[in-house]
Amino acid sequence: MQTQELISIASQVRRDILRMVHGCQSGHPGGSLGCTDLLVGLYFDAMNLALDSTNNQVVFNMSAMNEDVFFLSNGHISPVLYSVLARRGYFPINELSTFRKINSRLQGHPTPHEHLEGIRIASGSLGQGLSVAIGVAQAKKLNKDSSVVYCLMGDGEQNEGQVWEAAMYAPHHKVDNLIAFIDANGQQIDGPTEKIMNNRDLQMKYEAFGWKVLHVDGNDMAELQLCLANAKKTLGNDIPIMILMKTEMGAGVDFMMGSNKWHGVAPNDQQLEEALSQLSETLGDY
Amino acid sequence: MSIYTYETKKDTRSGFGAGMEYLSLTNPKVVALCADLIGSLKLEPFIKNCPERFFQTGIAEANMIGIAAGLSIGGYIPFATTFANFGTGRVYDQIRQSVAYSGKNVKIACSHAGLTLGEDGATHQILEDIGLMKMLPGMVVINPCDYNQTKAATIAVANYNGPVYLRFGRPVVPVFTPDNQEFMIGKAINLIEGSDVSIFATGHLVWESILAADILKEKGIHAEVINIHTIKPLDTQAIWESVSKTRCVVSAEEHQINGGLGDSIAQYLATSMPLPQEFVGVNDSFGESGKPADLMDKYGLNAASIVEKALKAISRK
Repeated sequence: MQTQELISIASQVRRDILRMVHGCQSGHPGGSLGCTDLLVGLYFDAMNLALDSTNNQVVFNMSAMNEDVFFLSNGHISPVLYSVLARRGYFPINELSTFRKINSRLQGHPTPHEHLEGIRIASGSLGQGLSVAIGVAQAKKLNKDSSVVYCLMGDGEQNEGQVWEAAMYAPHHKVDNLIAFIDANGQQIDGPTEKIMNNRDLQMKYEAFGWKVLHVDGNDMAELQLCLANAKKTLGNDIPIMILMKTEMGAGVDFMMGSNKWHGVAPNDQQLEEALSQLSETLGDY
Repeated sequence: MSIYTYETKKDTRSGFGAGMEYLSLTNPKVVALCADLIGSLKLEPFIKNCPERFFQTGIAEANMIGIAAGLSIGGYIPFATTFANFGTGRVYDQIRQSVAYSGKNVKIACSHAGLTLGEDGATHQILEDIGLMKMLPGMVVINPCDYNQTKAATIAVANYNGPVYLRFGRPVVPVFTPDNQEFMIGKAINLIEGSDVSIFATGHLVWESILAADILKEKGIHAEVINIHTIKPLDTQAIWESVSKTRCVVSAEEHQINGGLGDSIAQYLATSMPLPQEFVGVNDSFGESGKPADLMDKYGLNAASIVEKALKAISRK
């Protein structure tokens, strides 16, 4: 897909995120806005998804057999995942209005418990997604399925010990059909990551564990497309790939960028209006 | 003399190993994971038969649970194996989120449960695992009583679609249930019929309950002994039928009284047929180092304690 088209979809997804979080006055807009370009780039361009041959629409199979699959480990940025899944055709766009409300399939954090198409594992309690992604990648190898497994984690999430158990495991077991990302926005709830729990040099850490590490500006769609294409070419060499993705929390809305203030805060009516005025309604609001 | 006899004693974990060996040859979807305890879990035959379906995770149980969940998404039937302490309490949140809440077809199969792990002491002797696992919505909890039943249970849970906690142990215990039995998840087994007291036992305490019934018989008391190998879902029909006759209850388990089998039975009876009940189990304490038999005696997990509690239950009718 053309870069400009992806940028246009991302604008709509950002509007969805803001409207969803505003609608229930809860949720996590900051990281969702920061990772919007990645999820749009994956689901609308990089990933080979299972399609219905009669109408070319996406179809959801839990097993993800013979299709690329994405796991969101930092489940609190569910708004961006829900919007991208709906816009890609997994479930009705209007369902986004139920986010975090009672009797909704769009729980605060993603879960397959409510049978929402596109969700294969619950996430929210941090640090577990990379392990799950590795398991799916190993199942694909057993199934002689050459498709790719993607996994996104937060940089604050790197505090969790299980992440490093998985980091040790994947290169040891030559899980080379896996591309993981860290959303390096430098922020976590209590403040900048370097003040709360310094990750120091994540490139050196992952390289020492045996990963190939790439870098990308996660809010530059053209650069993201190039990086994802390069990463895919590097697969199959016994080595898993980690992409350190620099993003801006709140990207796309000027007053939400540059701090951790909007990690888990919903905009009020005025703030929503101001934010939406900065983002074109390219596909029609839900 | 009891109607039950045995020729050999074997460990239940070897029953698990035998079940896995059978599955290695018969079910290509079964995969095994282990956190650096292959020998203790008796997985060597499985690994020998299908090395590509075995995943060594190293001493990293949290990651093991996540990988198992992922393998299940890809259509496999993972058995995540380690000691019961490390496979339940240590990774409770991973099991809760990635397995139970996510509804994954993962089997958490754990050895060295309870006091009978012996000399390693309380750090390894988990007595809370049944409670932890039964509290998770949708989790099946199974604690078979001997080698043959553990082998059968292992094969049965592979054919069941959903999360299961399968608990077994280290010491050799009498092999008294039939070879090649069919294991019915959630179906209690009436071992000895009686009319004076119902003894509901699980795991290693089932054999002790048979011994207790023999002792009670000498006193002219007819105890009914029922093997509750599946703690969840609980076979409430079997319990109801038994207590309708006997009108009093003893539960027996190698576990904390809090949160164990006895708790589940009491909860059921309180809402259906409140009756005198006595509990054989560990009473709100940790274990300690020692020989398994000495520990079971010290903590009152033996036939003598079951007899004592049965007499008390009968006296409260």
